Amino acid sequence: MNTATDLWTVVTIVGMALLTIVTRCFFFLSSNPWPMPAWLQRGLHYAPIAALAAVIVPEMVTTQGQLITTWQDARLFAVAAGVGWYYWKRGMLGTIIAGMAVYLPLHVGLGW
Amino acid sequence: MTALYKHPEFRLGARDMMAVAPGMAAWGLMTGVAMIKSGLSLVEVLMMGLLVFAGSSQLAALPLIIAGAPMWVVLATALCVNLRFMVFSVHLRSYVMHQSFWRRLVSGYFTTDPTYVQFTKRFPHPADDAAGKRAEEAYLAGNSALGWVNWIVASLLGMALANAIPVSWGLGFAGILALLGILNSLATTRLRVLAAAVAGSVAVVTYALPLKLNIIVAIVLAVAVCLLLEKPFLEAHARKANMPKKQP
Repeated sequence: MNTATDLWTVVTIVGMALLTIVTRCFFFLSSNPWPMPAWLQRGLHYAPIAALAAVIVPEMVTTQGQLITTWQDARLFAVAAGVGWYYWKRGMLGTIIAGMAVYLPLHVGLGW
Repeated sequence: MTALYKHPEFRLGARDMMAVAPGMAAWGLMTGVAMIKSGLSLVEVLMMGLLVFAGSSQLAALPLIIAGAPMWVVLATALCVNLRFMVFSVHLRSYVMHQSFWRRLVSGYFTTDPTYVQFTKRFPHPADDAAGKRAEEAYLAGNSALGWVNWIVASLLGMALANAIPVSWGLGFAGILALLGILNSLATTRLRVLAAAVAGSVAVVTYALPLKLNIIVAIVLAVAVCLLLEKPFLEAHARKANMPKKQP
């Protein structure tokens, strides 16, 4: 926090913000007609859930890039509690709360 | 034409985002903490927190910036982490093409993972009439407005409280749980469950790929597997449905 602002870092950050815009808008930047093949249209029904799983599963079962080998990991129990809650009560908020209620004691308390 | 925020769908979009907002806020909070603790200057932290608006890309880029990695490496990493947004933009194209160029940029910029998923869940097929398009715009605006405010406030709070919140508590895991809740709500067909299973496993197995490329590899493979299985799967279902019922 004591470092001075560095111009190259600022340029990098602005570049990152531009990348957010360009990637999120990539296929609708141009307004040229672009007929989407039917198979791609069908495939896109699987994209949202696949993207979520690809982002979160490694965060649940790996530590520093390695698949965990112990069951004493708070994340596993938190995920089980969250999924359990979801199918019991169907609540999104409850999934987060139930998961964290299991996660925090195990993680902070027991160091799992 | 009335204002977007008065449309009932605006409220509905905000309500859907509200359900996952606490998880996303915890994630934003810990991103704010991580940015301050990384050793960037306050101006840099504020710029990143207010402009980049992509938590996964921020967290991936931080250690590289601190380590003094060349700019192209930082930007290439951010690009690869963001590749999934390009998949989203293919999907969203037919929903936003009626808008002007600048309006599309705004729509795209504010469409984060939860907004994309909730929006395409609410509107599985793009509307072809003006009223329907208006409803889509209102939902997207309400959902992403709440998502943005929630994220920015949480990030700023994290920056302010950086020294009071120990990273070791792992509060950011609430963000993963929020995305898990959304994932559950999407798991409505067997093929979608399969898509999640394939994507999750592939992302773990290919974790060692550079630049977080494992995410895009996982998405592409999962979609491909489901497309290949779709036809035999549907035919098997149809056969089962057509089988003559046994007489009691």
